[in-house]
Amino acid sequence: MTTLLWGVLPYVTVALLVAGLIWRYRYDKYGWTTRSSQIYESKLLNIASNAFHYGILFVLAGHLVGLFIPMSWTDSIGVSEHTYHLFSLYGGTAAGVLTVFGIALLIYRRRTKAPVFRATTVNDKLMYVVLLGAIVMGMVAKLTHASGDGYNYRESIAPWARSLFRLQPDTDLMEGVPVLYQVHAVIGMALIALVPYTRLVHMFSAPVQYLFRPYVVYRSRDPEQLGPRPERRGWEKTGA
Amino acid sequence: MRPMAQIAMVMNLDKCIGCHTCSVTCKQAWTNRQGMEYVWFNNVETRPGQGYPRRYEDQEKWRGGWELNRRGALKLKAGGRFKKLAGIFSNPRLPEIKDYYEPWTYDYKNLTDAPLGDDYPVAQPVSQLDGKPMKIEWSSNWDDNLAGAPAYGDLDPMVERTRQQAADKVKFEFEQTFMFYLPRICEHCLNPSCVASCPSGAMYKRAEDGIVLVDQDQCRGWRMCVTGCPYKKVYFNHRTGKAEKCTMCYPRLEVGLPTVCSETCVGRLRYLGVVLYDADKVTAAASVKDEKDLYEAQLGVFLDPDDHAVQRACEEAGISYDWMEAARRSPVRALISKYRVALPLHPEYRTMPMVWYIPPLSPVVDALSETGHDGEDAGNLFGAIDTLRIPLEYLAEVFTAGDTGPVRASLEKLAAMRAHMRALNLGEEPDADVASAVGMQPSEIEEMYRLLAIAKYEDRYVIPTAAVGDARRLEESALPDNCSLDYEDGPGMGGDGPFGQDSGRRQLPLVSVENFHALRKRQTARTADDAEEV
Repeated sequence: MTTLLWGVLPYVTVALLVAGLIWRYRYDKYGWTTRSSQIYESKLLNIASNAFHYGILFVLAGHLVGLFIPMSWTDSIGVSEHTYHLFSLYGGTAAGVLTVFGIALLIYRRRTKAPVFRATTVNDKLMYVVLLGAIVMGMVAKLTHASGDGYNYRESIAPWARSLFRLQPDTDLMEGVPVLYQVHAVIGMALIALVPYTRLVHMFSAPVQYLFRPYVVYRSRDPEQLGPRPERRGWEKTGA
Repeated sequence: MRPMAQIAMVMNLDKCIGCHTCSVTCKQAWTNRQGMEYVWFNNVETRPGQGYPRRYEDQEKWRGGWELNRRGALKLKAGGRFKKLAGIFSNPRLPEIKDYYEPWTYDYKNLTDAPLGDDYPVAQPVSQLDGKPMKIEWSSNWDDNLAGAPAYGDLDPMVERTRQQAADKVKFEFEQTFMFYLPRICEHCLNPSCVASCPSGAMYKRAEDGIVLVDQDQCRGWRMCVTGCPYKKVYFNHRTGKAEKCTMCYPRLEVGLPTVCSETCVGRLRYLGVVLYDADKVTAAASVKDEKDLYEAQLGVFLDPDDHAVQRACEEAGISYDWMEAARRSPVRALISKYRVALPLHPEYRTMPMVWYIPPLSPVVDALSETGHDGEDAGNLFGAIDTLRIPLEYLAEVFTAGDTGPVRASLEKLAAMRAHMRALNLGEEPDADVASAVGMQPSEIEEMYRLLAIAKYEDRYVIPTAAVGDARRLEESALPDNCSLDYEDGPGMGGDGPFGQDSGRRQLPLVSVENFHALRKRQTARTADDAEEV
């Protein structure tokens, strides 16, 4: 079980993520969008969406710091475990509260505004369950183990996460981890695997290049568009 | 000089009867789909009126187009690159669907399925957004004709601005009500703020003909273009989550056919043609300090296709002979640059729009005739322009950022044309002073008359095909690899190749560009002789 959860599942997740992204880019560029519902309802979204997105970006940054900056690095610049814990507790909780507030308002909006609810697909609902699960379990795990110096995940989860990249997963490290953290990690992996198959895929099209390109874009006509094209598979005319 | 070609349109508002045929045919062709129910790439507004979406011209609210920053450089009114990205999670200035209108259908099924009762069954309106019965309160042309002016006319942002300047000019008392129709499509601007607003880089201006398009595969639905366009002519497809807009019917233009809205225009008021412009001058012209100079500045960007230096530069830039020839014969260029009767729509947005309008003169003739004056006498007409039922100030707010000069000049030319042509038709000697008063030669006036009043199909739409411009490249892609005589029982008799007839890639039946045009010419020719000279 340990091997399955902490040695196999992470790689399955990454495989699903990468394969899904390639598939989506190759075959469903037209579906690659935020599918915004803002034109149905704007006022609530202005508050909720900003709170959620900025919150989750801070949460993401927190996870990257927690998992991928080894304890020895912070020790060497003189940050004690206690300081780190407080920083992580208050910073993380603030970002988490912002995120939870955002997503709660987003779900409220989605449920109560009829046009928005009507535009919600089964896929969206599944995504919301997993996303909300990951966020809530993360908050619960963090706050349950908040007393004293809290649970030091930097001696178990973080080295395990880094070991995944060395392709030698150190699954034993995860055995002593509190159940709440384990649940959070599993839901988190499910969420990552889901990204390319849901509307969450829009996170991979963050338009950073907008900062560097000229304002007005010119493009020439695609010469392939002119003249007869071979018929696409499944669209051949009859009697030809 | 960096010459570029642009397909532009001019609409003669004097002829618009507000029949909405252009809107309906456009809708049937392009936006008759789920997610686009509320979208009209072409709409016809009654002015004064709020327009579609409501009060879209109020840029203090919607923040469309460009403005000058403190250093006098162009910046997007909705904020620069960083502000855009910071606000990407929820566009703070996006119109909601109810600012356009809530689309609906009717519960027709009830008409046949209702149980037997005392009352006739009715088809209730049902919202296409949430599927529930709804009360219809607004639509794209709710304040059509005079239905709206007394109640909603005050909400027109242009009326508000006119009032500030010419207090009593705009009244909505019933007997003094005025109106005209304004058909609108995408302006395919030279300095498009929607393109500049797109974070994904999915929107682009086509280099060959200046048509502004959205790449549906690259659009990620950030919705900044909707805010960026001051004319609100980029729409969000709420089903697919992508932006869509008027395409200038490019599949038709590419084969030399006019857009659907032009083709079906009952009043024949639309003109399509090529305009050459200097892309290097666009930014400078759009950053002119005084808004009232923007009209002149935009005229300065256009290039004269009869100028030899321009011709040489165009050749170097790869603009084909066909396009140069079309630019020379362009009715649009004649109305914009030569006769200067067409004016841009809201040049103050600094986007350099490329759909221009000839302001409406008509009501003044009737008004004069009613008061017992000769409605087509030049002296009466010139004097009356200042007291038009449609106030000059209002037209100026719409077409020249508030400068009445160019509007008056344009209307005077139209009035002079009426007087001159009436004299000709009555067999009188036309008064040469009438023409010279508006700075034109009598012969010029007659040419303009021909373009405005008679203009046959091929004079109104001078559209070079993409194919001829691209002929050499096309020849390679369109012609089959084998011999053209190599058909069944033909003299070529090339045979089936080593793997039999049905092996390998299928060749499509070929329709060459020449054949297409020959066919069209034959189908549209008036006499058999016309059809021969292809």
